[in-house]
Amino acid sequence: MKEPSKQTVEVPVATGDEDRYRLRMGPQHPATHGVLRVDLELDGETIVACDPQVGYLHRGIEKLAENRTYAQTLILTDRLDYIAAMSNNCGFCVAVEKLLAITPPLRARYIRTIVNEMSRLASHLLWLATHALDIGAMTVFLYCFREREILLELFEELCGARLTFSYPRIGGVRQDVNAYFIDGLQRFIDIFPEKILEYETLIDTNRIWLKRTVGIGKVSREKALSLGLTGACLRASGVDYDVRKHQPYDAYDLVDFEVPIGQEGDSYARYRCRMEEMRQSVRILQQCIDQLPPGPIVGEDAPDLHMSQRIIPFREARVSAYGTGLIALSHKTKPTYPAGDIYVATEVPKGELGFYIISDGSPRAYRMHIRSPSFIHISALTALSEGGLVADLITNIGSVDVVLGESDR
Amino acid sequence: MHILILLLYILLLFTVVMLHVAYATYFERKIIGHMQVRMGPMEVGWHGLLQPIADGIKCFFKEDIIPENVDPLGFRLAPVVSLTAMVASLAVLPFAPGWVLADIDIGLLFVFAMSGLAGYGVILAGWASNSKFSFLGGLRSMAQVISYEIALGLSLVGVMLLSGSLNLSTIVEAQGGTFGGMYIFPQFIAFGVFFVAMLAETNRVPFDLPEAEAELVSGYSTEYSGMRYAIFFMAEYVGMLVMSSLGTICFFGGWSGPFAVPYFPALWFVLKVYAFMFVFIWIRATMPRYRYDQLMELGWKWLIPLALANIVLTAVCKALF
Repeated sequence: MKEPSKQTVEVPVATGDEDRYRLRMGPQHPATHGVLRVDLELDGETIVACDPQVGYLHRGIEKLAENRTYAQTLILTDRLDYIAAMSNNCGFCVAVEKLLAITPPLRARYIRTIVNEMSRLASHLLWLATHALDIGAMTVFLYCFREREILLELFEELCGARLTFSYPRIGGVRQDVNAYFIDGLQRFIDIFPEKILEYETLIDTNRIWLKRTVGIGKVSREKALSLGLTGACLRASGVDYDVRKHQPYDAYDLVDFEVPIGQEGDSYARYRCRMEEMRQSVRILQQCIDQLPPGPIVGEDAPDLHMSQRIIPFREARVSAYGTGLIALSHKTKPTYPAGDIYVATEVPKGELGFYIISDGSPRAYRMHIRSPSFIHISALTALSEGGLVADLITNIGSVDVVLGESDR
Repeated sequence: MHILILLLYILLLFTVVMLHVAYATYFERKIIGHMQVRMGPMEVGWHGLLQPIADGIKCFFKEDIIPENVDPLGFRLAPVVSLTAMVASLAVLPFAPGWVLADIDIGLLFVFAMSGLAGYGVILAGWASNSKFSFLGGLRSMAQVISYEIALGLSLVGVMLLSGSLNLSTIVEAQGGTFGGMYIFPQFIAFGVFFVAMLAETNRVPFDLPEAEAELVSGYSTEYSGMRYAIFFMAEYVGMLVMSSLGTICFFGGWSGPFAVPYFPALWFVLKVYAFMFVFIWIRATMPRYRYDQLMELGWKWLIPLALANIVLTAVCKALF
């Protein structure tokens, strides 16, 4: 067997070499996590050129957002990263709140932190499940789904949905948490650290798992920064950057947690980082449950759900929502939303999710751009995979943790 | 008359083995199911007992699809080659004293030859499918069969040296029917090599690279569907049965057990084979998959040298004592 060659190709398109084997992996392929297509040029099984293609799941969310009010756009953000829809919802709300200069009440911020971290756990569990399945460890897959199911049931208890929540709203959250939810969450937190240990004993001590991940898809600190990696992919390369820590939003500045940092920047380091992140999430959840303050869940200055008018104080908005909505809609007063542009980033499970909103003073975004971590991580696949084998590409796709819904928007 | 009786025996063996294959899938799905905190098949029949039959009927009545760009002859031939070769090796396996179709003196070599031949079916499938994933699967299979065939053959040389025969019945008898006589004890290195090579030879996890679904969709069988796919599946399970039987015969004293069972002397053999099958399945539920080059490394750098060392060690010990 030939050693994998270390050569890299400047242009990742066809090199025109007749001996090379061109393989179009995807968009229908069991390990491309949806509809990713990767055009490969192979020398034997060694990848000479790797060119990821995205866009199969494009739904024009950014364009749709231009014709919908912010409250309506919130529903579209569910469809970004559908593995962790709650994180997208919260991220979008944080962005719009910053634009409108409103602050949700403390209780809402805590609840959002709770659902954010739950969604991080749900996402990381699905990541671990599929990553392990790609490498061939199929039992981990079902173990992870067992725990993810508990989380989804809690979400269902909270807001009635399991996948697309639209639970937060601009200026707060939609429903208050109930005792059943808190009890269920507490039970989950109590058992979950043991479960993490269970996954680790299943795969972490396995020689084959180590052989398949250690040193695979290695990316140095500098390279990771220049590729624009964020989230666990960046932290695994030794960069201490976490939006939750560096630009705290919601209640992240009120809870105590650590940001796990890796060193090697390979698939194994990314795996370790995410496993530690799960432990930290449990810590955050515990603190949030303990500290959860009483109070309103929607701010006084939160905009009406219609958002067709000026910012109405919440009490008045409630009235309009229950019957006089038509009257509120028919007001001819000019909307009083601030004009300008804003970029707000939040730490979603996949990395840094940013919303860049240009506002012209209407309740709709004049232009909204979504900086989706998946898109940037997919583009990094070229750098990660060239010179490796086909099997390494599969490891890399799994370990950078991409969701095509978010990448293609 | 003799031929007629032989044909009857063949028919009987074939039927039993095919039923075994059907229920081996059930066995596997149930065990993996319970290992993965779920139930396995439950719908068809009591606790899903009729599931294998339903699967068989389904595969049988599916449309026979031959994609446009395949090489029709090779595409049709490949599953047949795989299954025929695997089933042929059943002929020399002694299930109990006298329960063997062809008690030939080169039984062990025959099994190797047939299992090597079955590899051609996979390679042919990969080549004839004219699909890129199938082709890569075929290539991997070729490399894997060649490398691990050597390790598998060499690992059993020690057994041949100890028993002084290639006849499988003689190998069982040479182990004396006692617990201490089993070749697993003097040949534990060989057994380790044999076991790993056996997994690779049957394309099972962690060496299921020719059909690694995460990488190659379904590898060599990507373009196959319906009954042709089912034939590959049968070949894999017959292969598991043959390899488990070989392990039982060469290392675990074949049909001999703590006490003789009247009317069904093959009981101990069947139990041992199923213990092997259980380990196959257990490994499938636990292990991730090796990478292609790591597989080669393991085969050439570890298994073959170990097997060779074992041969020398066995020969020296046999010459001295």
